[in-house]
Amino acid sequence: MSVATATTEIPGKQVTYLNHEKSIKSWLLTLDHKRIGLLYMSTIVVVFLAAGILALLVRIELMSPGRTIVDAQTYNQFFSLHGILMVFLFIVPSVPAILGNFIMPIQLGAIDVAFPRLNLASYYIYMVGGVLVVAAMLLGQIDTGWTFYTPYSSRLGAPIIFMTLAIFIAGFSSILTGINFIVTIHKMRAPGLTWNRLPLFVWSIYATSIVQVLATPVIGITMLLLLLEKTLGIGIFDPALGGDPILFQHFFWFYSHPAVYIMILPAFGIISDLMGTFSRHEVMGYKFVALSSVAIAFLGFLVWGHHMFVSGQSAVSSIVFSLITYLIGIPTGVKVINWVGTMYKGSVSLKTPMLYALSFLFLFSIGGFTGVMLGVLGVDIHLHDTYFVVAHFHYVMMGGTVVALIGGLHYWWPKITGKMYNETAGRIACALIFIGFNVTFFTQFVLGTKGMPRRYYDYQPQYADLHALSTYGSWILAAGLFLVLFTFIHSLMRGAAAPSNPWGGASLEWTHTSSPPSPHNFDEQPIVTHGPYDYHHYYHGDGQSAEAELAPPSKA
Amino acid sequence: MSTASAHHPKLQHHFVSMDQQFDASKLGMWLFLITEILLFSGMFVAYTVYRVWHPEVFEALSGALDWRLGGVNTLVLLASSFTVAASIHHIQNDNRKGLVRNVILTIIFAGVFMFIKYLEYSGKFSHGVFPGEAYAPFGDHYGHYADVPYAPQFFSIYFVMTGIHGVHVLVGMGIFAWLAFRGARGDFSSEYYTPVELSGLYWHLVDIIWIFLFPLLYLI
Repeated sequence: MSVATATTEIPGKQVTYLNHEKSIKSWLLTLDHKRIGLLYMSTIVVVFLAAGILALLVRIELMSPGRTIVDAQTYNQFFSLHGILMVFLFIVPSVPAILGNFIMPIQLGAIDVAFPRLNLASYYIYMVGGVLVVAAMLLGQIDTGWTFYTPYSSRLGAPIIFMTLAIFIAGFSSILTGINFIVTIHKMRAPGLTWNRLPLFVWSIYATSIVQVLATPVIGITMLLLLLEKTLGIGIFDPALGGDPILFQHFFWFYSHPAVYIMILPAFGIISDLMGTFSRHEVMGYKFVALSSVAIAFLGFLVWGHHMFVSGQSAVSSIVFSLITYLIGIPTGVKVINWVGTMYKGSVSLKTPMLYALSFLFLFSIGGFTGVMLGVLGVDIHLHDTYFVVAHFHYVMMGGTVVALIGGLHYWWPKITGKMYNETAGRIACALIFIGFNVTFFTQFVLGTKGMPRRYYDYQPQYADLHALSTYGSWILAAGLFLVLFTFIHSLMRGAAAPSNPWGGASLEWTHTSSPPSPHNFDEQPIVTHGPYDYHHYYHGDGQSAEAELAPPSKA
Repeated sequence: MSTASAHHPKLQHHFVSMDQQFDASKLGMWLFLITEILLFSGMFVAYTVYRVWHPEVFEALSGALDWRLGGVNTLVLLASSFTVAASIHHIQNDNRKGLVRNVILTIIFAGVFMFIKYLEYSGKFSHGVFPGEAYAPFGDHYGHYADVPYAPQFFSIYFVMTGIHGVHVLVGMGIFAWLAFRGARGDFSSEYYTPVELSGLYWHLVDIIWIFLFPLLYLI
């Protein structure tokens, strides 16, 4: 290997990717996948904060019937922007762009992703998309929800042009990241790292990237056609011009359904790694867990019509889409069973990341089961566009992806920053999030079954108590999330130094790099001789990880 | 490639060998081409949907497009695909002059294609044949299409598909201008010609998309 090993040994001062260059330019124009991961992290946290505050405002408005704090038009813009920011700028890029960028190449034993410049370009393309979204927000009037259904959206004012352009451009960022990761996983694996030895996080990023590459161009052309519909009136989607609004829905969901797998698949990967490490047990059914991600990615392309059961599509296609929707339950169930099985006869350690993994199991299972319920034609006609749907996808997206993301951030935090976080604060935050989340959204399942329609500004008085309860829950949830933020900030300022392998993990990022890693990740090319969950190589029965013996003593 | 290429100046630090670097770039390009196909497939779906709904409109209106101009453009693009392939062949044999000559020929063919496209577009615009709402045809060749229902959809699809294809041709011209410059400067050799190979792949895709557009829009 012609690695320029920058880890020149300065006694007492370790050279890491964080301190080997210090200028602002060295951060903003970095080609290092780790630094790009951190750039994404800082931006995505801001987006999450903004969209989260919008969610809190929506909940406060809904606390009582009629006007509570804002008028109906403002409320419509709040929930639309909440959805647009959360979907396109937060949750789609979140896990792949932050943890995928940072961890995945190290898990492969690579120095960097295959195309580092493209990686940086993806970040700035994402930023351009973000700026356009902010521009559209400031110009006002976006009250379409995140789905932009025509003809309403194509007849809106100018800001919709910015918004469609923003999503078109942010899509490019997603595509380029996907291409980069697929090539990296194919071509940059360390010697000995066969496909059957890949950590499951890598497998899930691989499946995600395939979906990103195959689905995102379709939302690109959809947004382009919507843009042309708006500017030139090309008459593809607007019935007044001879177009077909259902065609827009087909196009939109052909991307947006696979996109929910872009959002959840990387979370599956995090959970697999957490379950293995904190159960001290090889992940049960490794190949099934790995390939079920690919199966979900594939099936995800065949079910978009289940968003359109009441749109007027033919009964036959509704039945077919409904049946294929059930099929997705199989690979998903395979995963859940294997995660539970991993803990069986393992030595489960209830550290914060594992608490998030257990929360995920609970919340995601509810989200998944209610998803199958909504796939049942007769049930869906009753529950369509009610709070039941809102609760379902929040259980999957927030209870699934966001919980897994926060768990993964705790897990890899020592690796990323070289600092430990306060375990007690981490556990309390996890408990607050779990309780707050369930109070907020389980209530909405009940509201939905009682007939409360989604997106409404006002409602009948009989829904008032449950709405108020849901709002109180959102405050507990917010408290938990802020506690996570404070825990991390506290760790950055006061945290104890992290050993290279605080959890006794067996994949390369724990066994072959320091915390934080050196600029080129590895001092020498790692050679992989065993699977990612063969903990016995790194973990002796006496409670001491092999790496911990080598690492400096810490308070971890 | 020999092990000596491990020290090639174009080898980026995170790759082990020139072979690995070339394979990675090529795989990345193929993936990118897949996204391009999916981008166009959205438009092909729109074409199919409207054609199935209004077959008689599409049959009648394909007559409004001049198959001779479209045919010439097809031949021009096929010729340009040949020159691209020849340029790759030449640089594999370290013939830099052959590379530059064929790349410049490709730019010329692409320019001819765009010029003919310009003639077609301006001919339609001057008779009020615009995409979408602005559609208001008049005159000898187009006036009798004025009252055909769903004619605006046909022309919308025609302009959007050929327009986005044309943008790809323009991008290709830019890429080949850059290749000609770098080729003349002596950046490429049989050991390193990744950009030539990748640009060639891109150009073949642009060509193939036209091969589908031409019969679908002009002939049937």
